[in-house]
Amino acid sequence: MKLGFLVDLNLCMGCKGCEIACKVENEVPLSSWRLRVKYVDMGTFPDTKRTFTPLRCNHCENAPCERICPVSALHYLDNGIVNIDKERCIGCAGCIMACPYGAIYMDPETNTADKCTYCAHRVSTGLMPSCVVACPVEANIFGDVEDSSSAISKYIMNNDIKVRKPEKGTFPKHYYAGGGDVNLNPLASKREEGHQLFNNITHLSHIGAH
Amino acid sequence: MVEHTIPATQAVVTLDVALPGIVWGWIITMNMWAKSIGTGVIFVGFYLFKKYPEKTAFLKMPVVILSIVFIHIFLLFTVLDLHQMFRFWHIFVYPHWTSAITVGAWIVSGLVGVLFLMALAKFLKKESTYDSFMVLAVILAIPVTLYTAGIMAESSARELWQMPTEMVQMVLAATLTGSATLLLAGIGRLEDEAKRDLAIVLGISAFSAFMIYMGEYVFGPMKAEEVAAVLSYIQAGGEYASMFWIGQTFAFIIPTILVLLSVVNRSYGILPLAAISAIAGLWLVKHVWLIIPQLLPMS
Repeated sequence: MKLGFLVDLNLCMGCKGCEIACKVENEVPLSSWRLRVKYVDMGTFPDTKRTFTPLRCNHCENAPCERICPVSALHYLDNGIVNIDKERCIGCAGCIMACPYGAIYMDPETNTADKCTYCAHRVSTGLMPSCVVACPVEANIFGDVEDSSSAISKYIMNNDIKVRKPEKGTFPKHYYAGGGDVNLNPLASKREEGHQLFNNITHLSHIGAH
Repeated sequence: MVEHTIPATQAVVTLDVALPGIVWGWIITMNMWAKSIGTGVIFVGFYLFKKYPEKTAFLKMPVVILSIVFIHIFLLFTVLDLHQMFRFWHIFVYPHWTSAITVGAWIVSGLVGVLFLMALAKFLKKESTYDSFMVLAVILAIPVTLYTAGIMAESSARELWQMPTEMVQMVLAATLTGSATLLLAGIGRLEDEAKRDLAIVLGISAFSAFMIYMGEYVFGPMKAEEVAAVLSYIQAGGEYASMFWIGQTFAFIIPTILVLLSVVNRSYGILPLAAISAIAGLWLVKHVWLIIPQLLPMS
């Protein structure tokens, strides 16, 4: 079994329900996100459009975070999920430097690395990840990519699928349908002061560490 | 390159709560800088002791002490950078051998042990024991110097850091600071021929390192769009351009010129200035190279 995740960007409407569900389910602290939805605006007025791209850990088959972790805090589960043991993590931030997707953060409350685990605790009991349950348009498809009869496998077969930064050789198990460079490549869009919807995001100070 | 689609798309990120950019900051710069000195004095000291055994014997204890001090500064900053510093022992209990961090931690622990044995041997005036341990120290200092390049290479998100280049830069940083430190440690007591040798090591290290940085600066952007985007931070108008050039000037350009003048004129009075310039400048060079890839948004 190899669990994978697919987001159909044609369906996503940027409601951020997945973000909130993830925060609640995993008790993600303020100023940290396991999953976030990126908005990119395109075109010039009046011919404009907005794209929405949920970003989370890609659970790579060749995960750089797992490789660089000095204490195996980041490790593979049998179902392909890249999980994290927060009790073992020493907070070296090597995984943050290694992840090409910016998916790992330092939890300001535990001072350890953290990230999306595809809700491994829910999956182990037969439940779907909380973001999948919360999505009002079923844009999130989760399942076994090694099972050709699974919904995700059929989706992959029938759609034009992309992954983020395939050139990194990480073999992500997180796929996007309907995504283009603007959604998936950080260099394909500008980041300008004053263009953010929320400009004054406060990052919590780490407790008992730098 | 994909940035060239922006004029057509006018794509602007309007919401992305990106993670804080600088994860490894000045503490890691201190780590790399101190390690360069700690291993560099071993490499260059070994050369001096082999070539001028009698005339440089007075440096045997200073070399060990300098190495112990700077390796411990390196270790102190390594531990300080951990968000869970009191769990650093996990590396020894739960080692993960694919990680350059783990491999480096174990080897540097071995090096520290050997350095203390060298100090003990010198204290007890057992010269042959000291010399035997010195060989072992050199062998261990090689991977200790190189493993940070391994960590940078394993940082898959940072395209700028490539193993072959970083490996050579780490060795050159060690020989640069090693020769500079020993020039200062032996001030007033080193004979001219030893000074000349140290000056040549310093000059060649500085010039070679400068050439590699310039190679990256000029040709790097031609190969990869991520590298081009990262290097824009040190090119004209980039927010780290000034620090980059100040670092290059102090670490490499000034020492190269001073060494050249000194060797050609057989006058070694200006070498301490070259040494101080190299040691101080290297901190800036390392810092800039550490920070700029972290400025690039990953999402």
